[in-house]
Parts: sequence; structure tokens; C-alpha cells
Amino acid sequence: MMSNKSKELLLEMKNIHIDGFSDERWHKILKGVDLTLYRGEILGLIGESGAGKSTMGKAAMGYTQPGCKIIKGEINFNGIDLAKLTEFEKRKIWGTKISYVAQSAAASFNPAHRLMDQTISAANRLKLNPTDALKKDAVQLYESLQLPDAENIGDRYPHQVSGGQLQRIMTAMAMSPRPELIIFDEPTTALDVTTQVEVLSAMRSIVDKFNTAAIYITHDLAVVAQMADRIKVLRYGEEVEEAKTRDMLSNPKEEYTKSLWSVRSLIKPEETNQDYILSIKNIDAAYGSSKVLHNVSIDIPKGKTVAIVGESGSGKSTTARVITGLLPQIKGEIIFDGKKLSPKLEQRSKEELRKIQIIFQMPDTAMNPRQTVDEIIGRPIEFYQGIKGKEREAKVIELLKMIELDETFLDRLPSELSGGQKQRICIARALAANPDLIICDEVTSALDQIVQEGILKLLQKLQKELGVTYIFITHDIATVKAISDEIVVMYQGEVVEQGLKSKILNPPYPDYTELLLSSVPEMDPDWLTNLLNKRSS
Amino acid sequence: MRLTLGLVTVFAFSVIIFSTFSFLPGDFATEILGQSATKSAVKALRAELGLDKPPVTRYFDWLGNVFQGDFGSSFSGRSKVQGDQGDRSREVVGLIIPRLKNTLFLTGVAAMLAIPLSLILGISAALYRNSYYDRSATGVSLVTVSSPEFFTAYIFILLLATLFPVFPTISTVDETTTLVERFYRTALPVFTLTLITMGHMMRMTRSAIINILSSEYIEMAKLSGASRYEVVVKHALPNAWAPISQVIAINLAYMLIGSVVVEYVFNYQGIGRLMVGSVYNRDLPVVQACALIFASTYVILNLIADLIGIISNPRLLYPK
Repeated sequence: MMSNKSKELLLEMKNIHIDGFSDERWHKILKGVDLTLYRGEILGLIGESGAGKSTMGKAAMGYTQPGCKIIKGEINFNGIDLAKLTEFEKRKIWGTKISYVAQSAAASFNPAHRLMDQTISAANRLKLNPTDALKKDAVQLYESLQLPDAENIGDRYPHQVSGGQLQRIMTAMAMSPRPELIIFDEPTTALDVTTQVEVLSAMRSIVDKFNTAAIYITHDLAVVAQMADRIKVLRYGEEVEEAKTRDMLSNPKEEYTKSLWSVRSLIKPEETNQDYILSIKNIDAAYGSSKVLHNVSIDIPKGKTVAIVGESGSGKSTTARVITGLLPQIKGEIIFDGKKLSPKLEQRSKEELRKIQIIFQMPDTAMNPRQTVDEIIGRPIEFYQGIKGKEREAKVIELLKMIELDETFLDRLPSELSGGQKQRICIARALAANPDLIICDEVTSALDQIVQEGILKLLQKLQKELGVTYIFITHDIATVKAISDEIVVMYQGEVVEQGLKSKILNPPYPDYTELLLSSVPEMDPDWLTNLLNKRSS
Repeated sequence: MRLTLGLVTVFAFSVIIFSTFSFLPGDFATEILGQSATKSAVKALRAELGLDKPPVTRYFDWLGNVFQGDFGSSFSGRSKVQGDQGDRSREVVGLIIPRLKNTLFLTGVAAMLAIPLSLILGISAALYRNSYYDRSATGVSLVTVSSPEFFTAYIFILLLATLFPVFPTISTVDETTTLVERFYRTALPVFTLTLITMGHMMRMTRSAIINILSSEYIEMAKLSGASRYEVVVKHALPNAWAPISQVIAINLAYMLIGSVVVEYVFNYQGIGRLMVGSVYNRDLPVVQACALIFASTYVILNLIADLIGIISNPRLLYPK
């Protein structure tokens, strides 16, 4: 985050137009975006999905994905127009002068080769240094990225190291040929918050160390604020605004930029009661022989929202599976509405099944792609309430209105809906059973910020109107603040603590809660620096 | 684990083979003695051959002997009169081994030709996807896959033996035939077997690689400056060995079975021809032995393919 860097121009993209081919026709992905980048500078590129940020980042290398093409524009890198180069000439620049760090490190490493071979492959192609020297250098890079066992980690295969480690190794791979520019394409989006902090700080320090210029692409403003000198906001393939990081955070000019952190401004006053609709007591559960839940006890007050938070692998979703009966527990009991629930799904009555519904993370895969909205919502009405014909149709339309859609959606297939609309249909399907308890399993994490806000507001409105209880499973603390009354923190299959939102989110914390909360990026460009200073002291 | 599964498969095959042939209509005794044979003569021969025992007993007798490498004696060629010194019946093993060698020679040469050729064609078709080369290669391969082997064989005879007499139409060989002579005489059956299996292998190699070319690590490889050749050979191919080796195994097995027809067309002294002849003669021990050999080859080839799949996949080779 050095502010006075040399003003030597490295990359200048002018009036970039890119079209993409999908659904049998050409769409405009980028509509004339400009971008300038100086040596040693980091530019943040942010926007929601479909904004064209990733396409722009790849275009900075002169690369377009299959099915896309550059219609117009110049990409001057060190005075060479990449748009005019042949494939062969561009390959001499890719991986050596400009390198790329992808979103999903797990999918972007070749499973068949050792990590070290992949790390040095681009630099090896140049043949400037002997392989041994490159390997030595790679080990040093691993060390400066704080990878454990830097000496030997390169001998492993991609499936043998964790996601956060892979992302750092990919950064080492990008750095190995000492490029002049690195494109980071959502490098931490797939990681847990606590891992994200480590990866962010490792990436930032190494980019600083070699004074490499970078384009950092993300949808998370708080993350980009830690990395970038300047931020450019994209929407629908056009630039919304660009400003120095501090200026943008303190004084965003455009309404749209402000809306990017809208979920963070959503706060629900907490309430609770002692009338528990669901209590799970001393639950143990296992997948095969590996035990994943250890003595989990949670109480859910009626008509309120309990958020279960934790990292991946903490047992949040497994708890939901136990409650719904998809995974029978091996020990402990579930009391619902004063009655004991049978562990097995098959042994629960239709009424018991009706009262507990679940909404999943991925609306795309949670709906039958060949059923219309009418069939998707109508089926639970028919199945649980035995309502048919005209009455059923009226009920479906009523539910559509409740989720702020209308009867024009009745005949649509899931493929004809946007991500937010799909999730709304899933909510309506859950409501169609007229349940007492809805389990929301990461329902907003696949959605953009503005859409997230809409869904969360809708859920709150429905709770007020219908008095339904929510269990809200998430790893996103901003969402927790926005929706919950009580919070349950889980870690490695155990409950760390449960209590009112105000109690959990304020000190004193147990160690793990503190680590989790402090790892959530804040809208402050000095947040990461301060956090690292605090943790090292 | 896979090995035991393979053994169980072979065992199941042996049951199926044995029961199928036992329930076939007609038996050797009536076949050899003719329609006019007396009932007592038929009964005597059946007793001598052990055909009068219940099937289950016969099965276990047979299986026990097979385990000891004894496939019994051939029915045909034996004397019709009990105790005749001129018994020319032969041990099944002695009958099969030279034929099996011939068939293995034929399919071996065809495999040596077909596997490298289809790999090279498949990889290059993936490399230059949607080019004219790719389209013509996949198009031609579709034709060769869809033609039955006897048809392909006759086309070869027509082209390379009748119109342009380069190779002989009859591929008779014996122990005295030299290696070079063998290659020359078996050229047409080898070409036929190569052609009928190559199309499938080539197309599957191509599609296995193209499948992998859409994965994220391939885009990553491209963005790190890898050339088209490097992307396909270094990044896609190592991950495609498992599906490719499966297809090769299936085609080698298919080649062995295809050799039944091809050997018949070219009059080649292989195991396929022996089997067809023995079915004519109701020569049960020989037919059973041949079928069992075919079945075990199939299982062995698949085991090898599984093994290659494991060796080429670090996820299976090096656990977490």
C-alpha cells in the first residue's frame, strides 16, 4: 500500500468491447471500458457477477475465453498492443510477463503433476535459469508465503494440500517467473474467512516485496480495500466509477457503489423467548466411521431466527441434516414442538415432515429443471394439504405474491429465472408446506450483495407475517448481523457457544469466536495491517 | 479387491459357460453314432464320456480338473469302439495351445498396429479440433466402426488380393512358417482387426482429451503460456489415461472375439476357428475351454486397464 509509486505506465486498455456467444446469440459483455495501471500499482476491479470484471481481467492479458471475442479496443502492455498479437506471440508474454491467479485453486492445478513442477513450469519455459535454481527460488517463495514445510511441500500433489495452501502455491507459481503484472481473479472467494486473512496478507506482502503490479478482481469491497491502491467499479460491462481506495470508501460518488455494502448496513433488533420449538440434545452424528458432530445441543426459540456460524467442516450443514432426518444421529434426541422426533426420515409422520422445511444453498440444483414454477410450488400444497385444482392455483399465486413475484411466473422453467428469483421460488416451495420451522442452509452465499439484501428482507417480512422460525446456516458474519436473534458458533463439530446476538458479537469472546469475528474484513483499508500487527504482538 | 472381483467374474463365467453348453440340444453321443445307433450303444458312450452324471457333479469334476490345468480330452477323433488301440483323441490343452499361440500372434500384431495409430490419430484430432483433418478422421472412423468384420475382411480381399494381388487371401500357417512369411500371410486379417477396433479407440481418445480440455486447469495452463501441443500432451493426456486404457481393454477383447470371424474368413489356424469347428462337432470340452479362455482374457485385460487407471491417478496412488 505504498502511495508514491513511480508513475511509469505499464498497462493501458482503451475502449475495450468484448462480445460473448451464449443462448445462440452474441451478447455485449464489455461496452467500452478503459483501464490504466502503473508499475508496482494494485488496481481493484469490483462488481457483481455478470459485471464483466473477470472478462476485463483476462482481456488485460489479451486472452478471451472460448466463445468470446474482442470487438474493439487497444491493450497496450509495455507499448505492445496485445490485441494485435498472434496466439504464438502472446504465449511468450503469458505466464512470464503477465501471470494469472485463478479463483478455484483446487480446480486450477493439474491433478496429475506435482506442485513444484507446476510452480516452475512457466519460468522453466524461458530457460534463463537452470531448473535447480528455479526450485530453490520456489522454496524461498513458499517460505515468504508462510507455507508449512516449504522445503518439501512442492513434492506433493494438489489433492494433498488444503485450499488455502493451494491458493498460496498458485501465487508462488505466478511469482516464479517474476512477472511485471499479476491478475488475481477472485483468489480468496472460495476460502473461509480465517484462511482468507492468511492468504490475503501473504499475497499482499509478496506483491509489495517484488513491486509487482496487479489487478485484483473481487466482488467483496472490504477485501479489495485491503489490497488495492485504486478501485474501479464495473456494472453491466461499463465503468461506474474509479477512485483511490480511501476516497471511495469514505466518499463513494455513485448510488450503486454504496449499495455494494448494503447487506452490511442491514441490522435486525434482537428478540428472544424461552418457548423452544426445537431442542436438540447431546447429538452425535457420523458419516460412515468418521464422527462429525460431538455432543451438540442447541435450542431454537419459537418465531425467532437462530444463526449457526462456522467455517467449512464445522458441522453446520450436518446439524441441519440431522434435524431434517436425512442423517440419523447415533446419540442424543431431537424434541420438536414438545414431542420426540424419530431419527429416521422414514419413521416420521407426514405432519412432522410438513412442519420442518429446508432451503438449500444452490437454487440451481435444488429445483427440477424440467418442472415449471407452478409444479414446483404446487406439489407441496397438494402433497401436504391435499388442495387441488383452482384452489391450488389460487394458493400458488398467493405464495408468488408473498415472495414479491406474480402469476406471470407460473409457466416458467427454472432456467428462465435469475439467481435471486430462483431462490425466491425455493422459499415459496418451503412456505407451501406451511411449516413451523425453515432451515436456511447458506441461502444467500451464491447471490450478489443487492440480491442478498432483497432475500434477507423478504425472509424477515415473512417471519413477521407468518411467525415462522428460522435456522440460518451461514459463514458470513454480515448476514448474521442482518438477520439473527440468537447465534450458535460451531467449530470442528462442537458448539463453541450459543446466545443472544449482542452477547456473542461483543467481548469477552472465547478464543475461536474472537478469531472468527476478527477475520471478517472491514471497510477500512488499514484493517488488515492493524489486525496483523495485533495478532503478531 | 479388484483381483478377487476378477476371479469371481471368471468363476461366474465358468458356471454360465458350463450350464449353457449342457443345456444345448443334441449331444455328442447321438451326433457321433448317427441317427440309427442303438440305445445301448449311445448309453455306453455317454457313460464312458461321463455325460450320464448329473450336471452339478460334472461341473465340479470339470472345474477341479481345470484348476490343475487339465481341460480333459477332446471328444472328436476318439474311437467309436471301446478299448480300440486306434484312439486318436487328443488332450484339449495340446489341441488349444498351438492355436492360441497363432491367435495371440494375430491379435498381438494387430494391437501393436492399432493402439499407437489410434492414440496418435485421436490426440492429433483433439489437437486440431473441428479442423478438416479432425472431421474426416472422425467421419472415416465412424464408417470403420459400423462395418461388420466380415465385410471389412472381404473389402480387403477385394482390394489387396483380387484387384491388386499384393497379399494372399488364405492365411494358413504351421510350425515351419518363418516369421517374415507369417507377417506376409497374416497381413489381411491383421489389417481387418486393426481397422475394426481403431475407430472406437481413436474416437474415445479424442473425446477423453476434449472432455479434459474444458477444465479449469487447462485454461490455467494456457494462461501460463503453454503451447497447444504442451496443453494436450502434458496437461490433458496424463489425466486421460484411465478412460483411454478402459477403451483399449474393451477393444483388445473385442479384437480377440472378432478373430473368430476373421480367422474363419482367412482360414487361419487360430483358436476362433477351432471353437467354431468344435461347436459343429458338439465337442464340449474344447468349446468350454475356448470360451473360458475368452472370458478370462476379457477379465485380465480389464484388470490391467484398472491398474493403469490407478497408476496414472495420483489421487489413488498417494492418499492424503
